[in-house]
Amino acid sequence: MSTNNKTRVVVTGLGATTPVGGTAVSTWSALLAGQSGVRTITDEWAADLPVNFAGVAAVDPADVLDRVEARKLDRIAQFALVAAREAWADAGLTTVDPVRLGVSVATGIGGALTLLSSWDAMQKSGPRRVSPHTIPMLMPNSAAATVGIEFTARAGVHTPVAACASGAESMAQGLEMIRSGRADVVVVGGTEACVHPLPLAAFASMMALSRRNDDPASASRPWDKARDGFVFAEGCAILILESFEHAQARGARMYAEVAGAGLTSDGSDSMVQPDPTGAGATRAIEAALKDAGASPDDVVHVNAHATSTPQGDIAEALAIRNALGSAIDGACVTSTKSMTGHLLGAAGAVESIAVVKAIYERLVPPTINLDDPEDGLGLDIVTGSPRTLRDGSIVALNNSFGFGGHNVALAFRSI
Amino acid sequence: MAQSEQEILAGLADIVNEITGVAVADIASEKSFTDDLDIDSLSMVEVVMAAEEKFGVTIPDEEVKNLVTVGDAVSYIAKASA
Repeated sequence: MSTNNKTRVVVTGLGATTPVGGTAVSTWSALLAGQSGVRTITDEWAADLPVNFAGVAAVDPADVLDRVEARKLDRIAQFALVAAREAWADAGLTTVDPVRLGVSVATGIGGALTLLSSWDAMQKSGPRRVSPHTIPMLMPNSAAATVGIEFTARAGVHTPVAACASGAESMAQGLEMIRSGRADVVVVGGTEACVHPLPLAAFASMMALSRRNDDPASASRPWDKARDGFVFAEGCAILILESFEHAQARGARMYAEVAGAGLTSDGSDSMVQPDPTGAGATRAIEAALKDAGASPDDVVHVNAHATSTPQGDIAEALAIRNALGSAIDGACVTSTKSMTGHLLGAAGAVESIAVVKAIYERLVPPTINLDDPEDGLGLDIVTGSPRTLRDGSIVALNNSFGFGGHNVALAFRSI
Repeated sequence: MAQSEQEILAGLADIVNEITGVAVADIASEKSFTDDLDIDSLSMVEVVMAAEEKFGVTIPDEEVKNLVTVGDAVSYIAKASA
């Protein structure tokens, strides 16, 4: 039910390819079952790295796409095309007026694998052996552009970049594109693909990654006392956002409403350290609820950013408590990153799917590996088996934060 | 070692198929890369790069625009590798 005069925006299609499943359907089943997608990288290049495991995609997108189609796309765009086709079919869309169709597909890093492999080729064979597809493949907007070309989108094709909040920013942008009247349907999401020695070494050098090389599946352990950093992962999630009117007119299934978005920035003195007070995150959650016309009492669930870093998980717990106040007791919290690892610029989109499905099926996936929770978290974290959500109109939140001090909270409401 | 035009055509057809997906059977001397085979400019650059590798020749950038048909490319390669 709408509680303000803004155009209602609903989710009508879901697609994903993640470390736990090659589709949104299989990803959701794996999350409910508490399955980890984190594994040792067996390639020779990983042997000497300080961290030799990651959330590697369960299904190689190059095996799903046509060979000729795949060879001109960076892996970020391959993932996006696979997930977008699933979402489009799931939404039951056939034709949409192109000038009313938009795209916002985010990435944190972009076409890094293409940049690196092209440099390798140039060093080995010289400048005349650099592929003419290098630039269109490595540019960060290549995934969004690929999706735009696939569906003939003419209302604008965009690529928000905000580190690990990128995927959530694409959700917010899609919401705004429909509310402002620019589009009726927007294909939104996030994609990331840089499981490669250089990014792994670079994140490890920041001391940001878990070093649990001997037991990868238990490395991502948000809020657990033994957590020691996030787990690098790859993949993509795509959602079809649609104005309520457009969806209703074509009799589409509506999973949930994207009711509000809150975007803030820390403006603190560190590029990468979370603000320990979580103030920016608190303001983002408050803004999302206000935008949704919702109160903390409406919130029954939070899919947290919770990446399994020592400082970040604590700061976010504080932010959630401060934003929800006494309503915190009515909201169960989970971190699906405990299973998928951290998909960086795709994380906000993957977790938006988890929230949308949680609302639609009234089931919240558990957080795995939480054997010994931090003291004084003050959160009702779902562990063990999925938690059932109550009937009636409900609101759930998804948090995403990124290096640079980007905070995005999204509020979803049941239909 | 010089190769026959037939051998070059067969090799070039494999390259074009690998890069663009056009069926080998459709790749004949009289076909235009752009108009008949629908090969875009970037893929054409790839075809040229792969042909240089395969046939051990150099096809200067300024020559590429003159290779309108598959036959043009075969003749150029045959002459360059003779």
